[in-house]
Amino acid sequence: MKIKVLFFARARELAGTTEAEADLPEGSTAKEAMQMLLEKYPDLREIEGEEGKCVLALNQEYLEKNATTALKEGDEIAIIPPISGG
Amino acid sequence: MDESPAGTPQGNLHELTHRINYTDIYVLVTPSDLKLDPLVGKVSDDGAGAVATFSGVTRDTFNGKGVLRLEYEAYEPMALKKMAEICGEAAQKWSLKKVAMAHRTGLVGIGHPSVIIAASSAHRADALEACHWAIDELKARVPIWKKEFYEGGDVWKENAESRQSTTQQQ
Repeated sequence: MKIKVLFFARARELAGTTEAEADLPEGSTAKEAMQMLLEKYPDLREIEGEEGKCVLALNQEYLEKNATTALKEGDEIAIIPPISGG
Repeated sequence: MDESPAGTPQGNLHELTHRINYTDIYVLVTPSDLKLDPLVGKVSDDGAGAVATFSGVTRDTFNGKGVLRLEYEAYEPMALKKMAEICGEAAQKWSLKKVAMAHRTGLVGIGHPSVIIAASSAHRADALEACHWAIDELKARVPIWKKEFYEGGDVWKENAESRQSTTQQQ
């Protein structure tokens, strides 16, 4: 199952890319996707390591920290560092 | 939410219009200069007795350090969706004729607006309160990031009110 991953702001700088494709087992959760991304882009630990620093968005909606939603083929996940609009 | 995308996105300019609770909503994320007049134009209405606006302007210092320039980055489709969501909620909380919200991306020079919100209503309290509430909500949940460049460094800012969840503020 392939999903699209988007990186923004500090996450983009740490990953060194704006976008990536992740291949995950069927039924994986966003948390599992994040674990895989941390293995592929270890520098991301800088922002993910601190509790509550980063959240994930699934198909343009924020996910709760402990969400267990199963991902689907073609889903779009975004790594959202603390926001600073305005 | 009955979003009806109007205006085809042109170039790097992305906008969305819809209507909720008899209120016309317009949101925009753009790399071009923001100007107050066009946004006020978006909320002009013959039934409005009040137009309130809020402009967030980039300032030249942070904690005494000189800021040379600022750069904004947005998760554009989600930012537009969240901005439209905030405007829709404002239209349910207050009696508004029209509400519009625009945010910059890219390099923004010191003293330029990074965000503008405009609301019109029959009576002033609705438009004034809606603008105040909407900017607080934007800072809490719209996926946009600001980087400040100083002499010898740069830093991604974090809003104190950053509340990146679907939970509603009471």
